[in-house]
Amino acid sequence: MIKTRNLNIEYHSRSKNGVLALKNISLDIPKNKITVIMGPSGCGKTTFLKSLNRLHSINNGVKVTGRVLIGDEDIYHPRHLLPELRRKVGLISQKPVPLPASIFENVAYGLRIHNHISRKEIQKTVQESLQRTHLWEEVKSRLDEPAADLSLGQLQRLSIARAIAVNPRVLLCDEITSALDPISSEKVEHLLLSIKEDYTIVLVSHILRQVKRLADYVIFMFFGEVVEHGEARQMFDSPQNQVTREYIKGAIG
Amino acid sequence: MKYLEEKVMQFLMIGSTLVIVGSLFFIFIVTLYRGGGTIIRQPGIILAAPGPRYLLGGGGGFGHAILGSLAMAIPATLLSSLLAILIAVYLQPDYSPPRVSGMIRSFLDILWGTPSIVYGIFVLTVLVFFHQRGSVMAGIIALTFLELPIITRYIDESLTAAPRDLKEIAYSMGLTRLEVFRILLKYSASGLVAGILIGLGRALGDAASVIFTTGTASTIPKGLFSSATALPVIIFQQANSFYPSVRDHAYAAGVFLITLILALNLFSRFLQQKISRYRIQESK
Amino acid sequence: MIIPPDRLGRRLAKDRLGVNIMAGATLLVFLAFLSFVVLLIVKSRLIVFRYSLPELLLSSRWDPVNHTFGFFPSILGTFIVTLLSMAIAIPVSLLTAIYISEYLPKRTGKYLSSFIDVLAGIPSVVFGLCMLLVFVPLVAELAQRWFGIETTGMCILTAAITLSIMVFPIIVSLAVESLQALPREMRETSLSLGSTRWQMVKKVLLKGAGPGIISAILLGFGRALGETMAVAMVIGSRNTLPDSLFSAGQTLPSLIVSSFGEMMSVPEDQSALVFVALVLFLLVTVTNVSAKTVNNRLRKKWRY
Repeated sequence: MIKTRNLNIEYHSRSKNGVLALKNISLDIPKNKITVIMGPSGCGKTTFLKSLNRLHSINNGVKVTGRVLIGDEDIYHPRHLLPELRRKVGLISQKPVPLPASIFENVAYGLRIHNHISRKEIQKTVQESLQRTHLWEEVKSRLDEPAADLSLGQLQRLSIARAIAVNPRVLLCDEITSALDPISSEKVEHLLLSIKEDYTIVLVSHILRQVKRLADYVIFMFFGEVVEHGEARQMFDSPQNQVTREYIKGAIG
Repeated sequence: MKYLEEKVMQFLMIGSTLVIVGSLFFIFIVTLYRGGGTIIRQPGIILAAPGPRYLLGGGGGFGHAILGSLAMAIPATLLSSLLAILIAVYLQPDYSPPRVSGMIRSFLDILWGTPSIVYGIFVLTVLVFFHQRGSVMAGIIALTFLELPIITRYIDESLTAAPRDLKEIAYSMGLTRLEVFRILLKYSASGLVAGILIGLGRALGDAASVIFTTGTASTIPKGLFSSATALPVIIFQQANSFYPSVRDHAYAAGVFLITLILALNLFSRFLQQKISRYRIQESK
Repeated sequence: MIIPPDRLGRRLAKDRLGVNIMAGATLLVFLAFLSFVVLLIVKSRLIVFRYSLPELLLSSRWDPVNHTFGFFPSILGTFIVTLLSMAIAIPVSLLTAIYISEYLPKRTGKYLSSFIDVLAGIPSVVFGLCMLLVFVPLVAELAQRWFGIETTGMCILTAAITLSIMVFPIIVSLAVESLQALPREMRETSLSLGSTRWQMVKKVLLKGAGPGIISAILLGFGRALGETMAVAMVIGSRNTLPDSLFSAGQTLPSLIVSSFGEMMSVPEDQSALVFVALVLFLLVTVTNVSAKTVNNRLRKKWRY
């Protein structure tokens, strides 16, 4: 459902001119499954992820060429309004950052931006989102307290609730458990598994075991290039590429 | 619609930025235009002392004021730099406990924020108390208070920005605090000089702190206790004069002053680039 | 590197001496300042005891020769000019700061910031000169043409405009700093949820940077309160209650400067001026101290 064709991303800065961060990425990401992009750190995984919701446009010196199609529409076509696009493709970052507001307001934030929603609707949606992320029981009595009071694990689940409140089609997750302790990580992973039928989830991870636990589909990236991609079971049972084999064994990265 | 709001706000933002940038250009252009002409036509006024009927349109220049400014600002800068180094070093965690340094920093903040005219009145009351008239000495004291918080802050920031590993290694070798400081001095030197230049610029440009203590002297200062006037003071006094030539001189003095201070500021900024960490902010 | 023991003793002695000198210098400066403040208080006693405090602060008649000291016009003038200048400066500065921090590319933003900071270094007499040359006649002309009001142009309005220009760089640089201190993820989160940039600024960044911005505004306010020379040059120095923005007026600092000449021979008059300086000092110090406190308190409450 997400397709990239000849995607190249270059970084331009004063020191490095024209460093190619992503080289000619062409692949298809299946709908409503968890696709994990795995690979060692610094190999372009996050860069790729952010190209899927055009978040690079806020930085100067990033040149994107090629096409990215979400549901058959090229999202880099100038006629697309960025805010609308981004609503459909949500991003959850590695470090859980609460917006400076109450728990309720954090989840409602996206709803309020897009107007036309009555107060009752907002309350209903906030509750539903929190329930889906298994946070409702923990926070229902303190919805008006600052979100900054929550633990990291709760914050990350809150971030997911915040993202799904606006009903996106795609969820981009950038190493969302790396800042969390093992128990919270587990909760977040279970959460992803429980909601995957409703969203196309693209997850970046550099933890092999996590990839094995979560992935339906795997993309292995190494130094800005896609080395191999395919169904998870197939990749792990019989990787085709030498580099992939080395990585899975743990010999590199 | 939110897109409309975005466009409107962007328009307003660009407008505001233009207003601020425009004001800066405005100041430059007006001073240069009005004062530059006078200086080009009569460059001698920079050096000349005022003639006997200067304020009534007679001949002469404002050389005495430049000398007066320098006579007050330079010793004040030296004195406050010395004090600033001592205080700034003392503020570092290896010299004073956090509560003490916290109090000192708060005190410095009060000094920083005090309007310069209050310093002028401070010194004036002391003068009156001792039945003295205005003097260079009084101006020096007022300017010292004015510059002290500025220079101290610059030194403090450059000391704090010095690499911590270096300090740790030096102490591990068994060096005393002063010896460690001598090593750190190399790193903080440019911050120190940058601060001194900014302080000097501030002292040269400030009229309120010295206006009471210098009176309306129109002679070249002869000693520490003679009266003197300063460049910004005569600008203030002559700007609204009835006589056009006197006003012209005020503008010429303005150009001279602003050029001098800008040169100091630019050079100071250039030195600050050489500090590895962030720039000095005006206030925390 | 083994240092012979008696050298160590001398080194330690030097160290202790050095630190004592530093502590002494700090104490010296502190005591000098303290004694100045005490001197101000002592000198003000004369006028405060001779006339009651309410009379001084609330009466509007200013006639030192006839022993009437009404500071109210100056107090009122101070507040009108300062508040008006802040009303101009706050939106313009904040919008500029947001533009620099969130819309411009980083390098351009840095250059622009540095450029604006130059404004902060310009001496106030030069501001006065320029405003005198351009704005005073301009205001006089426009007041005549648009409102039919006769004025020399040296009035409260001109003073307020002058002050706002002087305050711009302070608020801009501090606001930019506060905004840039916010974590990148906040912006990414908001944008990823589909906000426009301005929505992100309005709903997220301004709240997150709130304490810093409010502190910046208070510091600008303190600066505006204490500004003397530029205001004195354009405000017209009239110690009566202003009828409109176009009337000449007076602020506390400009009062000190303009009354100085005639007033220094009589002890009572001296005391009056010192009293004004004391009041000014207290006002500015309170403002600046609250700027710091507000920053710290709000930061704890808003947890940013």
